[in-house]
Amino acid sequence: MRTRKIISIIILLILAGGFILTFSQIPFGKDKINVAHYYISKGIEETGAVNIVTSVVLNYRGFDTLGEVTVLFIAAIGLGAVLFTEKRVQKHASKSKDDKTKKASLILRTGSNLLFPLILLFGAYIFVHGHLTPGGGFQGGAVIASGFLLMYLAFPKQSINKKSLSVVESLSGLIFVGIGLFGLIFSGYFLSNFLPKGIPNTLFSAGIIPIIYIAVGFKVGFELTSVIDDLLGRGK
Amino acid sequence: MIFQLILIFIMIILAVAAVIFKDLINAVVACAAVSLITSILFYFLQAPDVAMAEAAIGAGLTTAIFIIAIRKTERHEKEK
Repeated sequence: MRTRKIISIIILLILAGGFILTFSQIPFGKDKINVAHYYISKGIEETGAVNIVTSVVLNYRGFDTLGEVTVLFIAAIGLGAVLFTEKRVQKHASKSKDDKTKKASLILRTGSNLLFPLILLFGAYIFVHGHLTPGGGFQGGAVIASGFLLMYLAFPKQSINKKSLSVVESLSGLIFVGIGLFGLIFSGYFLSNFLPKGIPNTLFSAGIIPIIYIAVGFKVGFELTSVIDDLLGRGK
Repeated sequence: MIFQLILIFIMIILAVAAVIFKDLINAVVACAAVSLITSILFYFLQAPDVAMAEAAIGAGLTTAIFIIAIRKTERHEKEK
């Protein structure tokens, strides 16, 4: 046991030395990347999005974002597939359990009734304004999912119609890919910005970016909600 | 600058506490606090997009998922 510890400490020290030697070569906090300069100086002009992060995420690196959304989708499907068998078994056992799970407290119920529409509105605001202000589809979707989580905590006996969740999720995924294919048709490459860019700093600007971010917002929001639904063992 | 240093110090303490705690609910709450402080630091580093994602996912959803998992399994870590 002691030799094992000594060996692991030696390996860790070698690793730490390697990291120190590597990172001492890289200048920290200095901008030496030409690509970053290009995005900052040309980003607004080329994409029409004032928020440069959004212009990188959805325009210059739009294909990577599609991959990211796909990864989340596959993770949600995998979770659903793993938890599905357990749900069947629990259904019979949980009948006596249901009597124990009473209502949530009055404060939680009233508070979440008041807050739920506001949280949804805030999430929608974040992803609709993704090209103007910080935030975007992923952040807005996570905020929406946290709103649904609050409702799940406040009303443990009710559940969302799982089918409508998956319909909205699939539709928004299709919109993302469809817009990408339209770009391929109209201007020659996948996810190209074929719509007019408009005036920067206005809501209707930046071409396809707001549309894709709305789709991503819906997709992420409902995907995370269905993940929570699967984990709580409800639905159906 | 000093405020950020204090935040980093608190973050390290909370991260160590998350490992040490035997009650897993406490450990999860410490993790959520680490996420929250991380998002504040992201904001100070002028990355509001990342800060938003960290606050919503790290401090909100992940904590809930961990607590659901703990409720379905065991609350206290066992001594081996």
